[in-house]
Amino acid sequence: MLKDADRIFTNIYGLEDVGLAGARKRGDWDNTKKLIEIGREDIIEQVKASGLRGRGGAGFSTGMKWSFMPKEVGERPHYLVINADEGEPGTCKDREIMRNDPHKLIEGALIACFAMQAHAAYCYVRGEFYRETEALQRAVDEAYENGLIGDNACGTGWKFDFYIHRGMGAYICGEESALIESLEGKKGQPRLKPPFPANVGVWGCPTTVNNVESIAVVPEILRRGAEWFAGIGRPNNTGTKLFNISGHVNKPCTVEEEMGIPLKELIERHAGGVRGGWDNLLAIIPGGASVPLLTQEMSSTVLMDFDSLKEVRSGLGTAAVMVMDKSTDVIRAITRLSRFYMHESCGQCTPCREGSGWMWRMMERICAGDATPAEIDLLEEVTKQVEGHTICALGDAAAWPIQGLIRQFRPLMEERGAGGQPAAAE
Amino acid sequence: MSDAPETFAFTAENKATADAVIAKYPEGRQRSAVMPLLDIAQRQCGGWLPMPAIEYVADYLQMPAIRVLEVASFYTMYNLKPVGKHFVQVCTNLPCWLNGSDNIMRACQNKLGINSGETTEDGEFTLLEVECLGACVNAPMMQINDDYYEDLDSDVTAQILDDLRAGKQPKTGSQRERYTCEPLGGLTSLSHQEELRAQKVSEKGDN
Repeated sequence: MLKDADRIFTNIYGLEDVGLAGARKRGDWDNTKKLIEIGREDIIEQVKASGLRGRGGAGFSTGMKWSFMPKEVGERPHYLVINADEGEPGTCKDREIMRNDPHKLIEGALIACFAMQAHAAYCYVRGEFYRETEALQRAVDEAYENGLIGDNACGTGWKFDFYIHRGMGAYICGEESALIESLEGKKGQPRLKPPFPANVGVWGCPTTVNNVESIAVVPEILRRGAEWFAGIGRPNNTGTKLFNISGHVNKPCTVEEEMGIPLKELIERHAGGVRGGWDNLLAIIPGGASVPLLTQEMSSTVLMDFDSLKEVRSGLGTAAVMVMDKSTDVIRAITRLSRFYMHESCGQCTPCREGSGWMWRMMERICAGDATPAEIDLLEEVTKQVEGHTICALGDAAAWPIQGLIRQFRPLMEERGAGGQPAAAE
Repeated sequence: MSDAPETFAFTAENKATADAVIAKYPEGRQRSAVMPLLDIAQRQCGGWLPMPAIEYVADYLQMPAIRVLEVASFYTMYNLKPVGKHFVQVCTNLPCWLNGSDNIMRACQNKLGINSGETTEDGEFTLLEVECLGACVNAPMMQINDDYYEDLDSDVTAQILDDLRAGKQPKTGSQRERYTCEPLGGLTSLSHQEELRAQKVSEKGDN
């Protein structure tokens, strides 16, 4: 279990003063100038050495991503874009950073921008987070007033501006190139890659897009050293992580834990256990709506990190743990997610636009007891035709939960499709 | 609920806000301000975007009106039809559904006498079933205008709607004995803040 002394988000519940004075007491903005003076190459090296992998879902090395930016600034300025479009069902961690620990994000953005030679960060916050945006803006204003950011950020001579841009309700804008399109004032439809954002990003300029949590942990990594962060968790899966535990647990909550904590321990220690006890567990979606579910048996032993979950053909994703006990109609649950992906498909690629609707309608037929076993094969075939055939990963995300359901619960689907009754749902 | 106006222009205050927003983006990239400007316009119109407002924003940013309409119709938070004074959006995505969002929807339907997508005759309430709002450890939840109401049950939901109808502002955030997203009943991390938690939760209950 992670010790309190190793926790980064020490005001994640908002119990202490959220303002600058409180943040300073918790160590934020403590001699930031010194962190910056180690130089951009060393900052990037430290972030690489810490093993930090992107906290938005894909898990790509943050330091590596930063190193893809051009070494010299040419005619086009560099930008940092922070992805705060938190919309993956089950996920509500960046919300807490923005409203309760916002100075960590702003300080991290300054350091990241310095390392990538950017003078501005744009933080794209989902529109529904109106109060969270207000809280973050208050922190930004305080940082400006105290010279922590602005023309001479922290006395470093580096000019740094932090801007908030609100989204307006489109899940797809959590995809980095759709987010960039949206920031440019267009419909949020993903771009073909290459070119990658590090080369051609927002307004045609070199851009790095990072998740809120990835940026917010950077100051602490530099303060305590890469070895400290790398020493938490397991090799290639290092550091601390915010977990959201929702669904059928006694005490749903958000908590910072070490990477690689056993899923069962995470739930029993922090979320009061599964409703009705561990034996009453049916399935868990461990990393947000897009990742395949785990059975009770898998959940009993799996570790919560990128590689362990990949080994069992699921994923850490955003570390949003959704727990379903034995009262759950799991086919209905996945059908609900299918409806979500149909609603959120941006409509650009045919396989996703049409396929997400097909998949949802077939799931509805199974739910209603109107499907033959052959239709389950057909459904699986459709998921394979969507997966990997679209510009962005939304198509994959729509396919994977269904594939996971078929893999783990096919007999139940056959019985149900043929008219068997569901377990009593909520 | 407001009828469609024939013309639209920002108030002096909103014009100042809009200009400050435009200044956040680099020279020549004023088009990036289209989303915030549409939001300002929507707020000025009482929660929705009539065509004259869309055309006004297009002129303001020197964009073709169709490009602005495209944005307004792509993003779900722009309402192209009038909505009630209280815009009730109930999340029914997985974590909320697992914790009884069907009951929350039913409580809203019963209390307001309308279905998802409808507005009460007096123009006070619009009800809409929506996708994940990102407060999943506080499920089930709903958003009314700019505020989240979390950890709901049917009775609390009905009470919130009654309060709003009576012109009272209900307590926002979690409706149970918790401050934000910490586990109910006591901290399992940051244990030095346990006393503070108990105090905050009790203060919140007294309000």
